[in-house]
Formats: sequence, structure tokens, C-alpha cells
Amino acid sequence: MANRHRMGLYFAMSIAASGAASAQDGQTRLLAANCSNCHGTDGRSQSGMPMLAGLDRAYFVAQMQDFKSGKRPATIMHQLAKGYTDAEVEALATHFSSIKR
Amino acid sequence: MTSPSRRSLLLAGAGVAAGSIAGCAGITSRAPGARVVVIGGGYGGATCARYLRMWSDNRIDVTLVERDESFVSCPLSNLVLGGSKEIAELTIGYAGLSGKHGVKVIRGEAIAIDPSMREVRLRSGARLGYDRLVIAPGVDMMYDSIPGLNNEAAQRRVLHAWKAGEQTVMLRRQLEEMPDGGIFVMHIPKAPYRCPPGPYERACQVALYFRNRKPRSKVLILDANEDVQSKKALFMAAWNGPYKGLIEYKPNSTLLDVDVAASTVKLEFEDVKYSVLNVIPPQRAGTIAREIGMANANSKFCQVDFRTFESTVQPYIHVLGDAIQPAPAMPKSGHMANQHGKVAAGAIIAMLADQPVLQAPVIANTCYSFIDDKTVVHVSSVHRYNAEHKTMEAVPGSGGLSPAPSEVEAQYAFAWARNMWTDMLG
Repeated sequence: MANRHRMGLYFAMSIAASGAASAQDGQTRLLAANCSNCHGTDGRSQSGMPMLAGLDRAYFVAQMQDFKSGKRPATIMHQLAKGYTDAEVEALATHFSSIKR
Repeated sequence: MTSPSRRSLLLAGAGVAAGSIAGCAGITSRAPGARVVVIGGGYGGATCARYLRMWSDNRIDVTLVERDESFVSCPLSNLVLGGSKEIAELTIGYAGLSGKHGVKVIRGEAIAIDPSMREVRLRSGARLGYDRLVIAPGVDMMYDSIPGLNNEAAQRRVLHAWKAGEQTVMLRRQLEEMPDGGIFVMHIPKAPYRCPPGPYERACQVALYFRNRKPRSKVLILDANEDVQSKKALFMAAWNGPYKGLIEYKPNSTLLDVDVAASTVKLEFEDVKYSVLNVIPPQRAGTIAREIGMANANSKFCQVDFRTFESTVQPYIHVLGDAIQPAPAMPKSGHMANQHGKVAAGAIIAMLADQPVLQAPVIANTCYSFIDDKTVVHVSSVHRYNAEHKTMEAVPGSGGLSPAPSEVEAQYAFAWARNMWTDMLG
């Protein structure tokens, strides 16, 4: 058990040192990965779907709010946007705005 | 084996990995860290393998075991029957996973799991040790309730084509060889089955081919369910509109047997002659997922903890995709399997580091169906873990359907495929 725990610690250190995943970051990382099915890994779309990577933070939040309210017409995003809280939309906006295209 | 040797190996490996951070651990680095074995390289397994590598900065040693040389997508495969796609356009190798992401891809078949030794045995005799195991084998077809099809010869003539690949191409050939004026009979099993709207999309695609090339032919859908299982109004509108007279839908039509020699299917109240028969049989989790007691839902599918996709029976083993018993309103779809793979990857990385897993994961589903070769409809949903109910629940007010088929959604469906395939296979 002691060994196992130390293994965990080493692994945890290596993960922490690489800048990955606190609980909050992990949640945002997963939410963002919900988007990548259609919008590409890390929001870098191959083609035919808008890029999310590098989008301006305020623009991202405004679009998602407009999808939710119905102000911006959509085929599907008005339905999906309603699945995420305002706080999650803010976190996603920060996340994608920090990714280079 | 369980312990001292492997734990010290892990310890050493983790230390090496930690030491190599400054030097930017490249994907070619082969330091022996924590080991995860993934069985099955479909939408769930391939995604999980890739994300385990990506989200651990390549520190986890990931081995993917896959029977087939290449991935062939079930989504879009009905277009091969309709004639607007070739199977090659839906086929992708695993070179991206190995070359770009450092996943060790082994072509082979996992035939047994030893949970006490934490080892997987392959048909080749090879044994793979793991710290965590991911099983994503998809579904197996069950022919025991259809005596006339319960042998290989009959199954070569009456195809399911419910795993894209050779069978898809063979079914297309059967349709091409069928004389005009023939009848294509398709049987749909009782839910749950892989891809709820898939059979209805298939009916549309075969009817499209008939309308273009064999206008005196017909599609007969024999559905064991009492009603259309997905996108009902949208499919019915197509069957009563552009495909009127080409498609007949019969609910509550459980297949009792097939007489292959007489080209006849037996239902409760009638026998039906066919020119080409496509039986989508009842399904259960792939064999390897039913080992060691994991298929604890009706002996067919595997119950999991939706925060980790860990089996509720076997610790250290995670089950993904169509092999799981999903929460209500969670379809068996490729998109869902991709999402399972990501939740599991994040959880496994946390668990290997003795860190807490996410307590409220959220996943989404998007499923496009082709009404013809130009127009598409979708169903979408968002699912959030409810800690009190210990299950995934659809978020109230989210999700929905297309109002009608559209060409713009066809463009989105193809873009979905391109981005999805890259997301899972690199």
C-alpha cells in the first residue's frame, strides 16, 4: 500500500508539473471535449464547422447566450447550448480563447 | 505479479517520466509508466486511447488491442447502401493513433481477463498486464432466437450489416443483384440495440436506391418494437412524402424464424416472401465484456459508474460504448461512445494519480440521419450526472430534433464525421 501510494504521488507530481487537471480544470477540459466531436479536438475544426480555438472570450459567451435565448438562429446549437450553465459557458469561453488556432 | 515487481516498476517509471518533463517528454519516449490496455478501437476505445495519451502528456503507456486492420465507421455506412458513398471513404487506419499519439496498437483478439493478476490474454497467447483496463468491444449479434439463421451458412446469405465493413458492401451487392420489382425486407430487433435511428435511415437509403434504379421495388420494415424508436415524425414524413409507395412500415412484427431455402420470414400471424432480407438481430455486449460477471444488466450489457465508466462488478475495469447498460435517454451511438471514452480517460488519469474523479460529468449526443443523399435530420441531447440518483440524466430543456430535413445539416453531418474521426484517431 505504501508503495502504491508513493507511485500515486510520483504520478500526481508528474501530472501536476505538466500543468494538467485540477478538479475545476478537469471539468472544463471535459466540457470542452464535448464540443470537439463536431468542432474538432481542442476546438480546431478540420473543415465545415466553426473553429472554437482562439475565439474571443466575450464573443463566445455572447454567441452561446444568443443560442440559448433563440436570438441567434441555429440548426442544433440552440438545443445543445441549453445543456450548459452560464458558469460553464464562461469557463468554456476562457478555455477556448486561450488555445491557438 | 500483482504487486511488488509491478509496483516498483511503476514507481520507477513514474520517476523517469517526472524527470523527463524538463526535457519535454516527446511521444516517442517509452518510459514505463502506468499501463492501460484498451480493447476495441471503435468510437469509444480509440477515443479513450487517444485522450489517455493526450491528457496525461503522453505519460501513460497505452496499448490498444483491435481485431481489424482499420476502423470502419458505422455512422454514414447506410450511404453505401444508398450508393452515394464507398466503404473506403469510411475506412481509416490506426497509424495516427500510433504515429502521432504513441498508442501501441496490437492487431489481435482479447479472449480472457484475469482480474486478480490484472492481465489480458490474447488469442495469440500474448499476455498484457494492466493497471487499468478499458473494454469497448461493441455488440455481439444474438441468433439463438432465430433458429433458421443460427448457423454460419445462413448468416452469410442473410446479412445484418450492423457492423460496417464487408457486410455493408455485401448487402449493397445483394441490392444491386436484385431484379426490379423485388422486395427488400429489414427486421429491427426490440430495443435496446445499436443506433436507434439507424434502421429507419437504412430504409430511406435503400428506398432512394430503388427510386433511382429499381422503381418497381419495395422496402418492407418489420419492426419488433411497437413504434419507430427515434426521429419518428421526421422518418414518417419521408415515408409518406418522397418515398410514398416505396416503404411499408409494420410495427409489432417480431421475427419468429427465417426459411432461407424458401426466402420466407415467419411472423406471428403471417409469412412474408423476400427478395433480399436484412435481419438486424438482438444484441448484447461483445463477448469480452461479458466475462467475469460484468454483464450484470439482463446478462446482456454492463452496468458502470457514469463518473468513471468503471464496471460496477470489477474494479480497475472500465467499459465503454454500446457494451454498457446506458442511462435512460442515452442512445447506443458512436457519438456517445466517444464521450464515454473522454470521461473514462479523465477518470483513469485521476485514479492512477490517486486524485478524486469528477463528480458531475456532462456529456452530449448528436446523431445525424440521411433522409436521402442530400438532406439530413438530427437528434441531440445533453446528459449530466445526478449524484443523488447515481445516473446520467438528460438536462431539462436541452436537446431536440430538426424541424425538417435540410441540406445544411448534410454539410454539418459530413463535418461531424471529419472532426469526429480526427478526434478519435488523430
